[in-house]
Amino acid sequence: MNKEKLLNKIVLYVLLLIGVLLSLFPFYWMFIGGTNPSGAVFNMPPRLIPGEFLWENFTNLNESVGILRSLFNSLFIAVTFTVLAVLIASMAGYAFAKYSFKGREAIFFTLLLAMMIPYHVTLIPLFRMFAAMDWLNTYQAVILPQLSYPFAIFLMRQNMKAIPYSLLESARVDGAGELKIFFKVALPTMRPALAAVAIFLFMFQWNNFMWPLVVLNTSEMETLPVALSSLIGLSRIDYGQVMMGATISVVPVIILFLILQKQFISGILGGAVKE
Amino acid sequence: MATHEKGKALSTKKSWINPKTAPYVFIAPAVLFFALFTVYPAISSFLLSFQTSEGGEMVFAGLDNYARLFTDNLFYTALGNTFLILIVQVPIMLSLALLLAVMLNSTFVKMNGFFRAAFFLPSVTSLVAAALVFLILLDTNNGLVNFVLMQLGIDPIAWFSDGFWAKVALMLVITWRWTGYNMVILLAGLQNISKDLYEAAEIDGAGRVRKFFSITVPQLKPVLLFTTVLSTIGTLQLFDEPYIMTDGGPNNATLTVIMYLYNNGFRYFDFGYASSIAYVLVVIIAILSWIQMKVGGDRD
Repeated sequence: MNKEKLLNKIVLYVLLLIGVLLSLFPFYWMFIGGTNPSGAVFNMPPRLIPGEFLWENFTNLNESVGILRSLFNSLFIAVTFTVLAVLIASMAGYAFAKYSFKGREAIFFTLLLAMMIPYHVTLIPLFRMFAAMDWLNTYQAVILPQLSYPFAIFLMRQNMKAIPYSLLESARVDGAGELKIFFKVALPTMRPALAAVAIFLFMFQWNNFMWPLVVLNTSEMETLPVALSSLIGLSRIDYGQVMMGATISVVPVIILFLILQKQFISGILGGAVKE
Repeated sequence: MATHEKGKALSTKKSWINPKTAPYVFIAPAVLFFALFTVYPAISSFLLSFQTSEGGEMVFAGLDNYARLFTDNLFYTALGNTFLILIVQVPIMLSLALLLAVMLNSTFVKMNGFFRAAFFLPSVTSLVAAALVFLILLDTNNGLVNFVLMQLGIDPIAWFSDGFWAKVALMLVITWRWTGYNMVILLAGLQNISKDLYEAAEIDGAGRVRKFFSITVPQLKPVLLFTTVLSTIGTLQLFDEPYIMTDGGPNNATLTVIMYLYNNGFRYFDFGYASSIAYVLVVIIAILSWIQMKVGGDRD
């Protein structure tokens, strides 16, 4: 019996470790590629240790696609979007959870329905709209379309339901206005939910590809994924640069993940998992 | 807010933001942005699907776009590719995710947190970065994967010039990127299953396999259904990976529905036709989700 248990344990760990290797190796390979000269991937056998070309690949990459500018664009767009979308979602979620008002059910149901529709349906009219306003190739063209994010509103509503009415009532008795109650009483109790929703929205925008690809068309405006995709279009692909670029796009979120693991997982899963 | 303004702000607030009007103030930004950037475009897209461009102007064309779509071989190719990837990849990925989740849920395993984090890490990567790394790993002449295959005495694979292998390459990236994501959802589902059920089964003398199929799977059904619906919708919208890795090639073997929509809309600027593709996709997603709910929800 004991022997069998030990064998089970060994098999289990070996399988799990193979899984971990497959899961993590592409990250390592990214880093290896990013620190070696482009020709190094042509070496047989392949080089498996980091090289000294980190800086050179970085400067080349910055010259060819302006990666620092893209990094700034991605950060600026994702942060602005997240702040605004979280505010909009928590305000709406609060109203749906804590007030009864005419039209509440109908409006909420419409929002839920929209979650089923793929956002690709809206791409073409949105493109025409932004073109008509002469807003193609601007930050607002990327930020505006998803600001009212139904899923985020839904999540905030679910969480806001837990706020006791008595808390809000006693603030009202004290003479606080409705806005003040929301910002000073309701929101501060929502920190974990706000963090999860913020991470969900940030990751959506940080990794967003198709819409930015459609509306952004100069290298000064490109976000990281769009800039990286343009490296593939070049006639001679520089693998060192590609891997350096992939590394740059991945490192910030990995750091964020390692610091805020729990909120990150519940954020990315979008509240699918209760912990 | 400065103190001297406080009194004034408070009195104006009292005049129009009260418990009656406040909810409308709170939902106003959400409703406004939603109407402008979701409802209006969704309706506009529907109307566009009945229009075609004539000399730069959109004119009404009845069902022309849909008629064209139903006889368009390339559209059927894209639909076929998308469904093939869906039918093959989603079950493999979910089985893998379930296997990992069951292993991590087992009482022997220490360092649960480490394994969970390691498996989850690919899901924080952007699809573009993931596609780029696999593009290089799978390079036919110099890729690491072919090098390893050769060391094992297997002929190198022409990943991106053979239609079959190009599809396999796409499935590999998707599986790498999403298995851990689904595993975490399934693991949470497993942890909600009551231990008593397993203990009762053990008393009845049920073995490991028996317990898996008669307790774990039925108890996990709602969560499995959830991951299946999510993965199905995600696969039907496949774009980033084929755009980066294959551009739909070779010979349209990896052209997906959304890629075909993108090509028509933003390469040929045929907005009417692209809109009709979008609406056919909406209908397909609605039908598939409905079937999955029906099949998954009925047996209880």
